[in-house]
Amino acid sequence: MITTLLAAGTTAAGASDKITIPPIRYLAILPPIIMIGGAVILLAVASLVSRPLRVRVSTIGSVIISGGAFGIAIWQWCDVRAHGAHTYIAHAVVMDGFSVLITMLVAGAMLLTALVADGYLKREGITGAEFHVLALVSASGAMLMGMANDLIIIFLGLEILSIALYVLTAFNHRQAASGEAALKYFLLGGFSSAIFVYGIALTYGATGSTNLIQIADFLSKNVVLTNGLLLAGLALMLVGFAFKIAAVPFHMWTPDVYEGAPTPVTGFMAAVAKAGAFAALLRVLFTSMGVISSDWKPIIYALAVLSLFLGSVVALRQRDVKRMLAYSSINHAGFILLGVESALPRGVSASLYYLVAYMFMTIGSFAIVTVLGRQGDADHDLTRYRGLARRQPFLALSFAILLLAQAGAPFTTGLWAKLQVVLATVSAGAVPLAVIAMVTAVIAAFFYLRVGVLMYASKEPAEGGEGLVVPPTGTDATTVAGTDAGPQIPWASPDGVSATITTLNAELLLADDAPAASGEETPSTVPVPALTSVAIGICVAFTVIFGIVPAPLLDFCNHATLIFFGR
Amino acid sequence: MSHSVPFLTLLIILPAVGGGVLALLALDKRLPKELCDWLAVLVSLATLVVAVVALVTMREHFGGFQLVSNHSYTGDTLGIRWYLGVDGISIFLVLLSALLFPLVLLTGQNKPKPRAYAAWLLLLEAAVMGSFLSLDLIVFFFFFELTLVPAYFIIAGWGHDRRAYAAVKFFLYTFLGSAFLLVGILALAFIHQSQTGVLTFSLPALEHTHLSSSTEILLFLAFTSAFAVKAPLFPFHTWSPDAYTEAPAGGSVILSSVLAKLGTYGIIRFDLTLFPQATRTLAPLILTLAVIGIVYGAIVACVQRDMKRLVAYSSLAQIGFIALGTFALNEQGLSGAVLLMLNHGLIVAGLFLVIGFIYERRGTWQTTELRGLQKVAPVMAGVFTLFMLASIGVPGLNGFVSEFLVLVGTFLTHRWWAVVAVLGVIVSAIYLLWTYQQVFHGVPKPEDEKTRDLSWPERLVLTPLIILIVFLGVFPKPALDRIDPSVTQLVTHVEKATGHDQPSVTTKGTAALGGQP
Repeated sequence: MITTLLAAGTTAAGASDKITIPPIRYLAILPPIIMIGGAVILLAVASLVSRPLRVRVSTIGSVIISGGAFGIAIWQWCDVRAHGAHTYIAHAVVMDGFSVLITMLVAGAMLLTALVADGYLKREGITGAEFHVLALVSASGAMLMGMANDLIIIFLGLEILSIALYVLTAFNHRQAASGEAALKYFLLGGFSSAIFVYGIALTYGATGSTNLIQIADFLSKNVVLTNGLLLAGLALMLVGFAFKIAAVPFHMWTPDVYEGAPTPVTGFMAAVAKAGAFAALLRVLFTSMGVISSDWKPIIYALAVLSLFLGSVVALRQRDVKRMLAYSSINHAGFILLGVESALPRGVSASLYYLVAYMFMTIGSFAIVTVLGRQGDADHDLTRYRGLARRQPFLALSFAILLLAQAGAPFTTGLWAKLQVVLATVSAGAVPLAVIAMVTAVIAAFFYLRVGVLMYASKEPAEGGEGLVVPPTGTDATTVAGTDAGPQIPWASPDGVSATITTLNAELLLADDAPAASGEETPSTVPVPALTSVAIGICVAFTVIFGIVPAPLLDFCNHATLIFFGR
Repeated sequence: MSHSVPFLTLLIILPAVGGGVLALLALDKRLPKELCDWLAVLVSLATLVVAVVALVTMREHFGGFQLVSNHSYTGDTLGIRWYLGVDGISIFLVLLSALLFPLVLLTGQNKPKPRAYAAWLLLLEAAVMGSFLSLDLIVFFFFFELTLVPAYFIIAGWGHDRRAYAAVKFFLYTFLGSAFLLVGILALAFIHQSQTGVLTFSLPALEHTHLSSSTEILLFLAFTSAFAVKAPLFPFHTWSPDAYTEAPAGGSVILSSVLAKLGTYGIIRFDLTLFPQATRTLAPLILTLAVIGIVYGAIVACVQRDMKRLVAYSSLAQIGFIALGTFALNEQGLSGAVLLMLNHGLIVAGLFLVIGFIYERRGTWQTTELRGLQKVAPVMAGVFTLFMLASIGVPGLNGFVSEFLVLVGTFLTHRWWAVVAVLGVIVSAIYLLWTYQQVFHGVPKPEDEKTRDLSWPERLVLTPLIILIVFLGVFPKPALDRIDPSVTQLVTHVEKATGHDQPSVTTKGTAALGGQP
């Protein structure tokens, strides 16, 4: 497997005897430094005080740290706007609009997760700062992936992100599922990292560099005649990325891990791991591999179609809210891949917008699931959501809004996100892919709505003033008369759809009525911790406000461009 | 053309803000119920006032868009603009919606959770207004989609026994149609961008896109799939009997008289304007579907024992007439279709309201369960008769004028379709009169004898509908005067784009009668 080159590579790395230390621009790497440094300080404080650190103290620490990183990111943004994007530290990291947006996203996700975890940790009686420390470290890994300009840095970020996440997944040590999920995640994640790093090695072999811009430079200056090595490297790297973003067929771990992990961790994982992996994927494909986009576009196309379909169809059959949201996240990954597939600058900003919108929707949703999971974090069956609107109208309304946004309801960030990625796809000429995506959005809407129906379902008949009871003969007459046009005329009614709707609904409603009849008490009201409700409020407000006034966020994502866009 | 008062934006903002405020108030149970009830009604009445003022402000004998407001909405990169305008085709649909929402709110006050119900209705009103007024395709799409959410919750939350099934079916069917619409809009915009270099979604700009005939047909089908489901046109109607039946009375009114018009309006506004050639090519297909819908709807309505299903199927037939007039593609047919949208809205709202009143008293709407209501509730019987006769198309009431125009227009361009469609008119007389006989004639059963007649508030709610039905039947000129210029402009646009003059009464009608097959 030897790559034949027409022209000699320009990449012979200057092998000097002395190691020269490159100048370091600290602003560029300050956010991850703050996150890791803060985590270390938090850990030190926690081990120095005599009693276990109170949950509230570590939450405040975590909020300050991630808020600080967010503030630095704003400073970076101003710097990029004023002086333009540059690479720093021997071109290993880059500070451009893209990296700053990912940093902000990750810092924001960390902040929200800290707020949600506060209530969770108190409820479960977990003291100490470990949860926050691990989450901060993991988030710093995602930030590194966003700013990496070198395959090695990407790998570094990936490992920092993943290893902390493995531990976080196992955090609920009282639950066997948590440990099982962590082991599964660890084993598969370890494999995918190994495959990824092998891909880096092959790419280095083919191009002579691990620096993204140098790879692009090499590929644009040289015609690679036998590019087996390069393609193999690219393919292996894609496997690694697809694993992290949970794209089909590399999604096997997702439902189990999402279900088994403590719910705040699930939300964090869905938002941050996806953001980091997508950031790196976008940068590698668009900056380095832009020249050979005809080689990777079909792969992304296939991944997108499979993720879109499998995510939406399998979610239909889920009875567990966390599993349902896991499959929905696979569907969302398919949507974000649409932006990647377009291989256009528009696709970058569309994907970024989708990641931002998705972060708020998913963390908000999982925050609500955390609250409703009750003590033990195990109460996630769909039937438990029945009648939630009567017991807890605020929670039900928030969840309804977040789910509708995920389904793509208008005037939420959810539809702007879908609109943008589909727009990118159509402008790249892949109209069939756009149609497929929208059809899966319809399928997905069904399971989001089912939760909505359950939450707003009431047991008493809704209409019929003055206490009138609907006579049962009424419904019989309709059936006996046999004039119901729907089922009678097979060609006029897609019976499959109707039948599916009926069975899915009936299943849920029946399954729910059974325990109620056998005398089990109806679920009582769950207390909502103050900080969690703040987090939910932020997520809902963000989703709705930027849905109604879309211009600021759209502009922001449009300005968050990559430093170099290879063609 | 800028105005000091942004009437159209106000039409959307008023109910939207009102709905939002009510939704927040609904979370606090301590507030007095009456306050919220009247707040909702007041907001919808204020919207009606704005709509009427907009009508009065509009210039007559002008076919273009008026009261336009056009602002940047998403910044430059996406090119989506807050572009609203009204013309003779949309103004009456706006008025119809503005009139019906207060009536529905007034009848819905004794429901459980009345504030949430009112909040959803106001949100729906905002969405409907937005859809009728938007001239930017994406903004239109957003409002078009937004109608689904409140409609879904109204059916699912306040409907009858099979509401969950009906609500989900309704949502999925219409959402699937819209999926194609979105892709169609984006594809059209990109074709336009590749020709002009400007990414825009504004209707007047996209009108000038050059499309190859196969592309145009594909885009036409993508757009029409959404509108045909929403209307609903045969064979995309299977959701509608379920949704109309399972929805609460107010929900049925809004679904059938306002939301259904979104589909037919969409066809007239977008299909005819953007794809005139494809419209002409595919007109026979749609006309055939429309005629099948007319006959099929009428026949199925004949065998219904369930009054709501009956009205649902008769609605299918009426929507068929609207499509018939639209695809006749001449002034008479199109004016008739636009007027029929208004008239059908008024009539079907009246029918569903009266059926709702019967249900509140008797707990059923099965014709087999009811007998002799005329004896105990003469006013109700009288009002029902009026709505029924208007629906049949008796001269002197509004249904006749529009149906006549549609049939004349269609007869000139597509004669045999009109001939078959007339059958539907006859059958509609049969099923409505049968129903009337069964429910209102005869000796009342013991349980029917206690049925109260219409109360004064209920009569008050029905009065505006009755006045308009009679007025538009006797003197349709004021409405037609405003509809005609816009319709003429649209027909001219289609004729210019297709290079084919459609025969009509004023131009070559007689020639066409003599010469065309």
